[in-house]
Amino acid sequence: MSAFVVSARKLRKVYAGQAVVDDIDLDVRRGQCFGLLGPNGAGKTTTLRMLLGLTPPDGGELDVLGFDIPRQARRMHARMGLVPQADNLDPDFSVSHNLRTYARYFGISKSVFEQRLPQLLAFASLEHKADVSIGTLSGGMQRRLTMARALVNDPELVVLDEPTTGLDPQARQLIWRRLRELLAQGKSLILTTHYMDEAERLCDRLAIMDNGRILVEASPAELIQQHIEPQVVEVYGAGVEQWGVEYGRKLAQRLEQVGETLFCYAADEQPVLASLHQYSQLQFIHRRANLEDVFLKLTGKELRDE
Amino acid sequence: MSSAGFALPRFSRRCFPVWQRNAQVWVKLSGPSLVGNFGEPLLYLLALGYGLGGFIGEVDGLPYIVFLATGIICSSAMNTATFECLYSAYTRMKVQETWAAMMATPLGLDDIVLGEVLWAGTKSLISATAILLVAIVLGLVSGWQAIGVLPMAFLLGCCFGAMALVITAISPSYDFFLYYFTLVITPMFLLSGVFFPLESVPGWVQSGVQLLPLYHIVEVVRPLMTGRPLEGLVGHLLVPILYGFAAIWLALGLLRKRLLI
Repeated sequence: MSAFVVSARKLRKVYAGQAVVDDIDLDVRRGQCFGLLGPNGAGKTTTLRMLLGLTPPDGGELDVLGFDIPRQARRMHARMGLVPQADNLDPDFSVSHNLRTYARYFGISKSVFEQRLPQLLAFASLEHKADVSIGTLSGGMQRRLTMARALVNDPELVVLDEPTTGLDPQARQLIWRRLRELLAQGKSLILTTHYMDEAERLCDRLAIMDNGRILVEASPAELIQQHIEPQVVEVYGAGVEQWGVEYGRKLAQRLEQVGETLFCYAADEQPVLASLHQYSQLQFIHRRANLEDVFLKLTGKELRDE
Repeated sequence: MSSAGFALPRFSRRCFPVWQRNAQVWVKLSGPSLVGNFGEPLLYLLALGYGLGGFIGEVDGLPYIVFLATGIICSSAMNTATFECLYSAYTRMKVQETWAAMMATPLGLDDIVLGEVLWAGTKSLISATAILLVAIVLGLVSGWQAIGVLPMAFLLGCCFGAMALVITAISPSYDFFLYYFTLVITPMFLLSGVFFPLESVPGWVQSGVQLLPLYHIVEVVRPLMTGRPLEGLVGHLLVPILYGFAAIWLALGLLRKRLLI
């Protein structure tokens, strides 16, 4: 068994003369959680669709679970589970009927499925809702059912496209716990997300994409260490710009203004904090640098309308 | 799955779970559907058959209501399959993303298209069964050979289901389907010998209609229901079969271009 569940070489996709995925190389280790991050339009979705064999690449080589993609996509699908961005459950079926129908798409026998059903319901925390129709489930419940559905074939690899978008904090926490359980079972995960805290928490490695290219690829801790000063002070309030020009610039290694907030990046935050204590009209938050800082530094802070 | 563009369809048993999924949804919602299957043709037969039939008398040597029943069974089968593979299939493709969910599994577009076509055939079979029962109760059917109408309805449903999928494959929205109804389905419905014999229209119209599949099914169904001798069966079967296969190939090619990009 290969140590990698995905390896892509010079993977390329061109739409209307523009390379939306521009010769990227990608390796995802077995048993790890790999995150694919990037602003909207960066090429994440196209990359993901190519990995799934749903979009034929215009160039490069792609191997997923040892299969040549898209040529052998059918055989790969038998060993993979997908949690799509929008839930596409069957609205006319109950919870267990949804799972049963999906199992049939994999050619899973009735007896094997009935054996797995209790575990799948437990995974989704929907043991008591097996016969309930989909319409009465909350967004979080539907998401968990979609995740359980992706496990009907006991896959080696689970691909999750923005698994917690639109969910409340409690629902997100439960999904994170479930994803960790999958990793503990030895499954490999690939996920896209716009939540940097989610990526930082879950991913062993991640790649940040922009304009069809992979800008960086490393563990979250490595990215933070390599690309950003360790301390951040966010400053806002009346007169923040003047303070920045007079003091911030000298006391911090790097200043960035986003909207009305000044981000001060520094190896040592003490001089910045000391200065701020004398400006009572300014509000500030001191924290350690995180993945969001890296993301914003690498992909830019301006708003993207795409 | 790697088969790109307009490569030939590859049929397999994998289409069965697609058919089964649609069938189970139908069973869940079968109440209103069955009322439609029985009610609508019954109304047509009573209103037109008895109402209009009183003025018309005999058509083509048959009481008008018998003539009409043999036509309605075909046109209802056509409409059922057409609606299924336009509105319902479009909903599964675009709104509910049922097909997208299937395409993440070992099922491919070939399996989905074939499953949808066979399901359209099945719905036509259900519709024809309902009308046949109504016709039997009204005493419009002569003899056991009328059972042969059911496989014909299945064939007709598969043919028109596949044709409708071609339209669904290129349709930007539900509204687009009206072109197909106005330009294709309604003329076929009116001119294929459902309401009056083809001989009553000008020769060039007759030649045109004979190139279309509905006419040929009507030509087989009418003798089967009335006990008249069947003539030219091979030709009458060949036309809808050819249309069906051509439409499956075309629909699949267009759907690959639309969905696998």
